[in-house]
Amino acid sequence: MTKKYILGLFRDEEPLLHAVNELRKEGNKIHEVYTPFPVHGLDDALGYKRSRLPRAAFLFGCLGGTLGLSMQAWMLGVDWPMNIGGKPALAWVDFVPVTFELTVLITALGMVATYLVASDFIPGNEPKMPDPRITSDVFCIAIDVEGASATVGSRLRQLGAEVQEKEVEL
Amino acid sequence: MFESPTRRPLITGKTSYSQITEDIIKPIEAKPTKWWYLGFTVSLAALGLWLLSVTYLLFTGVGVWGLNKTVDWGWDITNFVWWVGIGHAGTLISAVLLLFRQKWRTAVNRSAEAMTIFAVVCAGSYPLLHAGRPWLIYWVFPLPNTYGSLWSNFNSPLLWDVFAISTYLTVSLVFWYVGLIPDLATIRDRAVGIRRKIYGLMSFGWNGSAKGWQRFESVSLILAGLSTPLVLSVHTIVSFDFATSVIPGWHTTIFPPYFVAGAVFSGFAMVQTLLIIMRKSMRLEQYITLNHIDVMNKIILVTGSIVGSAYITEFFIAWYSAVPYEQYAFANRMFGPYWWAYWTMMTCNVITPQLFWSRKLRRSLTASFIISIFVNIGMWFERFVIIVTSLHRDYLPSSWLMYSPSWVEICMYIGSLGLFFTLFFLFAKFLPVIAVAEVKSIYKTSSEEEIAKTAAKEGLDLQQAHAHTKGAH
Repeated sequence: MTKKYILGLFRDEEPLLHAVNELRKEGNKIHEVYTPFPVHGLDDALGYKRSRLPRAAFLFGCLGGTLGLSMQAWMLGVDWPMNIGGKPALAWVDFVPVTFELTVLITALGMVATYLVASDFIPGNEPKMPDPRITSDVFCIAIDVEGASATVGSRLRQLGAEVQEKEVEL
Repeated sequence: MFESPTRRPLITGKTSYSQITEDIIKPIEAKPTKWWYLGFTVSLAALGLWLLSVTYLLFTGVGVWGLNKTVDWGWDITNFVWWVGIGHAGTLISAVLLLFRQKWRTAVNRSAEAMTIFAVVCAGSYPLLHAGRPWLIYWVFPLPNTYGSLWSNFNSPLLWDVFAISTYLTVSLVFWYVGLIPDLATIRDRAVGIRRKIYGLMSFGWNGSAKGWQRFESVSLILAGLSTPLVLSVHTIVSFDFATSVIPGWHTTIFPPYFVAGAVFSGFAMVQTLLIIMRKSMRLEQYITLNHIDVMNKIILVTGSIVGSAYITEFFIAWYSAVPYEQYAFANRMFGPYWWAYWTMMTCNVITPQLFWSRKLRRSLTASFIISIFVNIGMWFERFVIIVTSLHRDYLPSSWLMYSPSWVEICMYIGSLGLFFTLFFLFAKFLPVIAVAEVKSIYKTSSEEEIAKTAAKEGLDLQQAHAHTKGAH
């Protein structure tokens, strides 16, 4: 669904970061900011909470470790114990490498799957972005026209942005 | 963040954000050069040799190799370990150096990771074919079966290896692709028609939003944190294949760290070999600078010295243990029938990297290129020496045999190089060889232009400052 946005386009990250701080201080609501590379401090300036992906990773890690260890213990210790020179069937030290590998594997795959789903990254999805130059050298602040103050356009211009009004899906 | 202006720049010459995009994406959009066609054709020919020899192998059986009942691991496992080792630099650069916040990583991580993936693919082909009937390779996995179920033997290092290598390949591939998504979107947004469709499909709808970058950085950091112990575990487990056996020359506790250092050593050598060619042929000298070559040579020097120390330690321990079999195994390496392999290894791995103590050689492209080739050769011989010299003298002198490779093994080795380079040439043509977004993120602190601006602001004479910090980086 498309909506009308006021776009402030910048050519550099410092004026962008400055503008974000100023606009938020003045009580404007910013829909989203788009940049060609990760700009440090931008998520704090926008007041974004820390990503919960590390927590997802931790849970997948617990799952992977438990699955890996219990699979080996069950297979060699319970389902088909073997007598190898009278040594214990439940030789847990031997299970460490595979447990480790499965922990890493399931954490990585689980977290990346969570990342793709959370970000709505599906192969072939059309990008919801205000300007195609963003992936090269343009930094963009998008403000929803609905509920924006009438002066926000001129304020953006004052902060060094090139201002556009566009009907896009973001 | 404050960065001392006396640090040497990682991006040289006149650049800007749009120029960086242009420089790195252009080769993908333009027609490939004559050199690309030449290199690609040669690689394809070698790949053809691989297909031919592997087909012959599969129709006839592993007996076509030069192996015998005493030397039952030869070029196959040598090549396997060699390729896995080469596959270590990519993850080290992208993961460990990310955790250490080394900025020079950004120019080389993408191609090094690609090398990792292609090298692990080459490595994996050897145990797969060594197993004899590769179509039954799923038997190594613990799948329910009609024999009980009879499960895989989790006490065996060979099985640990299956899990280590396949996890390493999967996680490296995922890490690489997650990093590629923003750059694929850059190509998409410059393209029209079918190219836009394909790169659009591959870039998953990336839009560069602040939230997207926040998640991207979070995922990259955790993947780096996971890959760091993973990369160390992989060659550790490969070394267990040898160290847990009772063969003199293999049964040593030094193997895990020594193998990991050797892997990083050979991996960086291969990265160096390819990057020196790539920066020239793709005109990326502004991004892969002499400073990059210099720091990588320092890593080659450090890991080469670790490997050299490990060789000496092994010898000392063999003598000190007073075990005659152990002592014989090592004396036999030096002066036995395979003395030439041993001394090639020693020369290439212990002596040549020491040349990098000289700053002039570290910063010379020709010297770096030649030494990197020497290291590649030396590390191949290291694996050959460890495997063949330890095996060919069995416990009973009546079982003592020699080993030399058959034409099938030689063709498979040349062929695996063909497979590696074919994949690499395709990568260089269709994907950004430098992480575009990441290079932009260090532009402000590390480009020649911006550093000059900072220095001017602080009234610093850069030339004088550099003279004082000669060699510092």
